[in-house]
Amino acid sequence: MTHSIPDAAETTPPDSATERPPDATTVVHHQNRPVLAARSLVFSYGNTAALRGVSMHLTRGEILAVTGPSGSGKSTLMLCLAGLVTPDAGEVRFGDQVISAEKEAFRSKLRRTDFGVLFQFGQLVPELTAVENVALPLLLAGVKRSSAITAATTWLDRFGVAEVAGSRPPEMSGGQGQRVAVARAMVTEPSVLFADEPTGALDALSGEQVLTQMVRVVREAGTSVVLITHDATVAAYGDREIVVRDGMIDGADHG
Amino acid sequence: MSTGHVLMGLLSTRERHGYDLKKDHDERFPAARPLAFGQVYATLERLRKKGHVEAVEIERVEGPDRTVYRLTGDGRAALAEWLSEVEKPSPFVSNPLATKATIALLVADEATAADYLRRQRDAHLARMREYTRLKTDPQASIAEVLGADYAIAHLDADLRWLDTALDRIAALDRSLASSPPPTPDDKPLKDFS
Repeated sequence: MTHSIPDAAETTPPDSATERPPDATTVVHHQNRPVLAARSLVFSYGNTAALRGVSMHLTRGEILAVTGPSGSGKSTLMLCLAGLVTPDAGEVRFGDQVISAEKEAFRSKLRRTDFGVLFQFGQLVPELTAVENVALPLLLAGVKRSSAITAATTWLDRFGVAEVAGSRPPEMSGGQGQRVAVARAMVTEPSVLFADEPTGALDALSGEQVLTQMVRVVREAGTSVVLITHDATVAAYGDREIVVRDGMIDGADHG
Repeated sequence: MSTGHVLMGLLSTRERHGYDLKKDHDERFPAARPLAFGQVYATLERLRKKGHVEAVEIERVEGPDRTVYRLTGDGRAALAEWLSEVEKPSPFVSNPLATKATIALLVADEATAADYLRRQRDAHLARMREYTRLKTDPQASIAEVLGADYAIAHLDADLRWLDTALDRIAALDRSLASSPPPTPDDKPLKDFS
């Protein structure tokens, strides 16, 4: 399944770079257009400010590590970016679309088609086998069962867990379960994968296997990744890092 | 770290000459400083005098003669003893990062110290990315992976310290910002004399 990504480069007014004849520089510029961007995001839980004016961007095919101490606001930032919560102020843009202004039904559809979300504990459905878990997003999107199972099997294989296709989550190791969860997040071939502490519950070597395979697969697929972590050894799998402290980006949006 | 024990460890698999040992060492331990030839030959001579290695033959090929060494029984026992000893944990008393941050606070202000720490954090993470790429390369040898793991763990310790230092300086900054303005009788804030 493939999806067309709304691209800011195709819809925004031409700037000096796009007005020049196409050349290598223009191509690079086009590829570096943000696939996802946030501007001045503010979000509070009651009286507690979680985000206090966060601006950031994610370019196509980039793995962006979002780090910061516990309670810094990094997970809230991910929830806003993925459209799981609506910011109190500011906007989230996916290509040319301001998704933070859209209704929940629209954002929900976006999460089924263009966004993949992965949490620390894979949140697999315990009653379903690995292959059924991975096929689930496709079935919810209306794909025929046989096609969904075939695609899910391929994705399990890409993550090196084909052997647990018929196993249920309680029968798998933590590392296997998390690889199945990444396969499920990737099965719709999303433009953006959101991963919140994806290896937080795993030992070092299992975490390394999950991350190594995840990075290899997203590089092949050209998927952009927002990797939320408090762990620098996990952030080091990214291309760039932003640090969230006290609900704000610490220093410049650097990298 | 004793170069003698490392060379004995390499000799334990088969006898060979100094040139081979240097090459093998540098390939197996890419993160370590390459051995100088002079250091290898001086160490082998020292080990020979102690009876831990012995010269078995002189290889005469093109170029200079090469003495082939073999690990002796005494050498094997010394090696086994060394392997059973734990290394003394480093005290880490000399920390240029902490020194620099302290001096930044002394001569400038919290913002300068925090800016330095942030840039140091970026440099550390960039190095950590290099080691992460190295160890996740399917072609990486076990020696490279182990060396990268070690480097990453140490960089990670520094990074955790850098984060704590940034938190401390931010807290210091806030406490200064919330303190009442100094009266003419107050000492200057930066009087460390």
